[in-house]
Amino acid sequence: MSTTVQTIPAAEAPLPKLPADYKPLLLVPALALLALPLIGDFPAWVTLTVAGLAMGMMIFLMASGLTLVFGLMDVLNFGHGAFVAVGAFTATFVLLPMQNWLQVDSVVMNLAALGLAILLAMVVTGCLGWIFERVIIMPVYGQHLKQILITMGGLIVAEQLIHVVWGPDQIPLPLPASFRGAIILGEAAVEKYRLIAVAVGLAVFIAMSLVLNRTKIGLLIRAGVENGEMVEALGYRIRRLFVGVFVAGSALAGLGGVMWGLYKEVLTAAMGSEIMVPVFIVIIIGGLGSVGGCFIGALLVALMANYTGFLVPKVALASNILLMVAILLWRPQGLYPVAKR
Amino acid sequence: MSEALLRLAGVHTHIGQYHILQGVDLTVPKGGLTVLLGRNGAGKTTTLRTIMGLWHASRGSVSFDGQDITRRATPDISCAGIAYVPENMGIFSDLTVRENLVLAARRGEPERARLDWIFGFFPALKKFWNQAAGTLSGGQKQMLAIARAIVEPRKLLLVDEPTKGLAPAIVQSLINAFRELKSTETTILLVEQNFNFVRSLGDSVAVMDDGRIVYSGPMAELAEDRHLQQRLLGLSLDAHQQRLP
Amino acid sequence: MLTRLLSGDFPRSRFLALALLIVFLGLAVAPFALSGARPLNVAATICVFIVLVASYDLLLGYTGIVSFAHTMFYGIGAYGVGLSLYSLGPSWGAILLGLTIALVVSLALALVIGLFSLRVRAIFYAMITLAVASAFAILASQLSDFTGGEDGRTFRLPEMLTPGYTLFEGEIFGTSINGRLLTYYLVFVSAVALFLFLLRVVNSPFGRVLQAIRENDFRAEALGYRTVVYRTIANCLAALLATCAGALMALWLRYTGPQTTLSFTIMMDILLMVVIGGMGTLYGAVVGAALFILAQNYLQELTGQASHALAGVPLLANLFHPDRWLLWLGVLFVLSVYFFPTGIVGKLRKPNP
Repeated sequence: MSTTVQTIPAAEAPLPKLPADYKPLLLVPALALLALPLIGDFPAWVTLTVAGLAMGMMIFLMASGLTLVFGLMDVLNFGHGAFVAVGAFTATFVLLPMQNWLQVDSVVMNLAALGLAILLAMVVTGCLGWIFERVIIMPVYGQHLKQILITMGGLIVAEQLIHVVWGPDQIPLPLPASFRGAIILGEAAVEKYRLIAVAVGLAVFIAMSLVLNRTKIGLLIRAGVENGEMVEALGYRIRRLFVGVFVAGSALAGLGGVMWGLYKEVLTAAMGSEIMVPVFIVIIIGGLGSVGGCFIGALLVALMANYTGFLVPKVALASNILLMVAILLWRPQGLYPVAKR
Repeated sequence: MSEALLRLAGVHTHIGQYHILQGVDLTVPKGGLTVLLGRNGAGKTTTLRTIMGLWHASRGSVSFDGQDITRRATPDISCAGIAYVPENMGIFSDLTVRENLVLAARRGEPERARLDWIFGFFPALKKFWNQAAGTLSGGQKQMLAIARAIVEPRKLLLVDEPTKGLAPAIVQSLINAFRELKSTETTILLVEQNFNFVRSLGDSVAVMDDGRIVYSGPMAELAEDRHLQQRLLGLSLDAHQQRLP
Repeated sequence: MLTRLLSGDFPRSRFLALALLIVFLGLAVAPFALSGARPLNVAATICVFIVLVASYDLLLGYTGIVSFAHTMFYGIGAYGVGLSLYSLGPSWGAILLGLTIALVVSLALALVIGLFSLRVRAIFYAMITLAVASAFAILASQLSDFTGGEDGRTFRLPEMLTPGYTLFEGEIFGTSINGRLLTYYLVFVSAVALFLFLLRVVNSPFGRVLQAIRENDFRAEALGYRTVVYRTIANCLAALLATCAGALMALWLRYTGPQTTLSFTIMMDILLMVVIGGMGTLYGAVVGAALFILAQNYLQELTGQASHALAGVPLLANLFHPDRWLLWLGVLFVLSVYFFPTGIVGKLRKPNP
């Protein structure tokens, strides 16, 4: 876990890095600015943009693990949505008994209860991810067809088990008292919880970027995405790395599930498989295996969904398909294609 | 010099339905540079990959430094002291030159003195230290691949056709690097098709054809005997080119 | 004669032949042998699903493509006929028009999706079809002025197919020959014809190329077959057949709605039927569909009784609740992908290959 290694020879000034690929970065503000005249109403635009960013961050939480797992081991887990749903439902174990902590208007008590719920959800989904990897995925490495079928089967079983454990009905999940309501910025109303979602998502993204760029584990993950065999030839066990990433990705999906559940304020067993559609679109747009692409893709998809949901509500979901088509026409391998051996 | 560092005995390797190695017997003596020659498809790359554990032998045994490594996993084999430079170089193009070397130094950081020694024969790596490896030229990537294999001292270095597709000037700097390496403790097993490149470097030589070793002996013997060259390497592209007027 | 009908693709197992014969005869005489609306309903559903599942197997088993958009094409067929009958009134012309439009729409969609995503890997295609199909399902329920939204549309059939119509006075084997019975035979005969057509397709040179692509697309490409073209054609064919199956279902139900045509549950059912019956053999579709739908209709009652018996035990009672039947199917599905990738038909064929 050594961090920044500084053995840079000082003799020659290092050449400037090649300019990073910045074009996809501009898509997010471009989309937001394009929507402004169409919506026409500035406060409404602010509200929609914040809502879009919040949703995008939550989708990013759920998608990031999936895209890394795919990049590292060429495994696409169609059952990833199960972790989202299980995460949200697990949180009820804490949130429902601690209702009185949540209903007091005290930020500290609210945060404590919520933090505990998130922690439990992440631990449970992390463990579940470990089991899932062992039982469901390990026997079908390298067989795409079987992977798709098996993980789909795993999703069905997991969803049904949620019904068995938590009963067949929806579970209402009210927001903690101090996160309810909105902040008024000028004329625009911005819901507090959305700001929190943005903050959490940003924090996770920054932490993830730091890990991937500054730590040896992160370097190994990036190297493994590109050429796993060579990582092994250098003496590292890629399977261990993969299990670690899988567990971390599952835990993040669990975190995303709690956030998403609180956002919708109601939990259904199908919430995981429902969110998988935008998640898949996001990782395709971003370039399978790329965390940065996944982040931008998530913001684009969520903004698009919110804007079109306001402008032409009936075709909101179809708009994401159009977005995907447009981006793939521009870059057939996604925004940030991952170099493969 | 006489003691064997690596020994393959009757190794058979199958890839899918194809029977590639058909009983390879190969001994690499400790110290010095052993060359593995042979035409395309003779099984040279498969031999290296079998040693590395990237493919497993279906029969026969591979022993390294007194241990049996036939069934060991690739990371274990690497940790036992074998470094590998694959044919496609296996560079992590998304990572910088520095990060590539950091990963190869398993005990933390690359040693400064060792790095300076490497920079001595591969100055380009110093120049592009913080640049993404994907932006390097083919020759520079090859240098990085070799540097990555030697950034920590290893007992055995496997190199798969390093001169493939490189300009003559760069081939010369690789020759210098291998000369330099030969002065260290490291034993080298070098796979080549380019006989001119290895004739002055090699101490001993083995020639493969159709998944078997068909000749092995000191390099001096093969280098002297044009008739033997003709017979063993007559099919190889370089020998063919040599014969052209 | 039989060789030509089956395109030379025989069951190659006595048990399988027997099973197929039972299914065929059972479906052929169902209206006479069974009484009541429910058994006939089950029989018609089996007919439709045999076509639907067999056409899916053309993709999954014969071509190695995983699609999640099969219900979309099924739904297009059902909505095409349904909406046409709903808005133009009950006539044969409306059925024909609706079916034609549906086929054209399906073909166009399959072509676009195929050309767009079949160049890349199976996994890409699976994700994109999942996204498109869910968007389509939502669109269908959103455009409620046109499609009837979540409630769907109920419509009337041409007079000849209504229960009130009788072909002639009197009864055969105690059953009157009414419109309902005619509708059943329309569904049955169409299903048999479509199935035999599919059998012809997979045993043609075209079908063999598909299998070659599934085994090793690199080599097939090297032999000079444009794999993208073949995959796209297979995709379009499967889509068209699914559309026909949807149209038949709409005729039988006299109703079209998102729950009966577009829901993801149906997609899962199709997957289960293919895998349990046996991938890569069309007879698997027959066995899988027949067993699955029978179980769906009758086995659930059994698990219900088990649940009742276990009412005292909290978690176990939930496990055996009739609504949890998908849980057991899911487990069965995962196990069969691991241990019986060739399904029931593969198991039956093994002893005497």
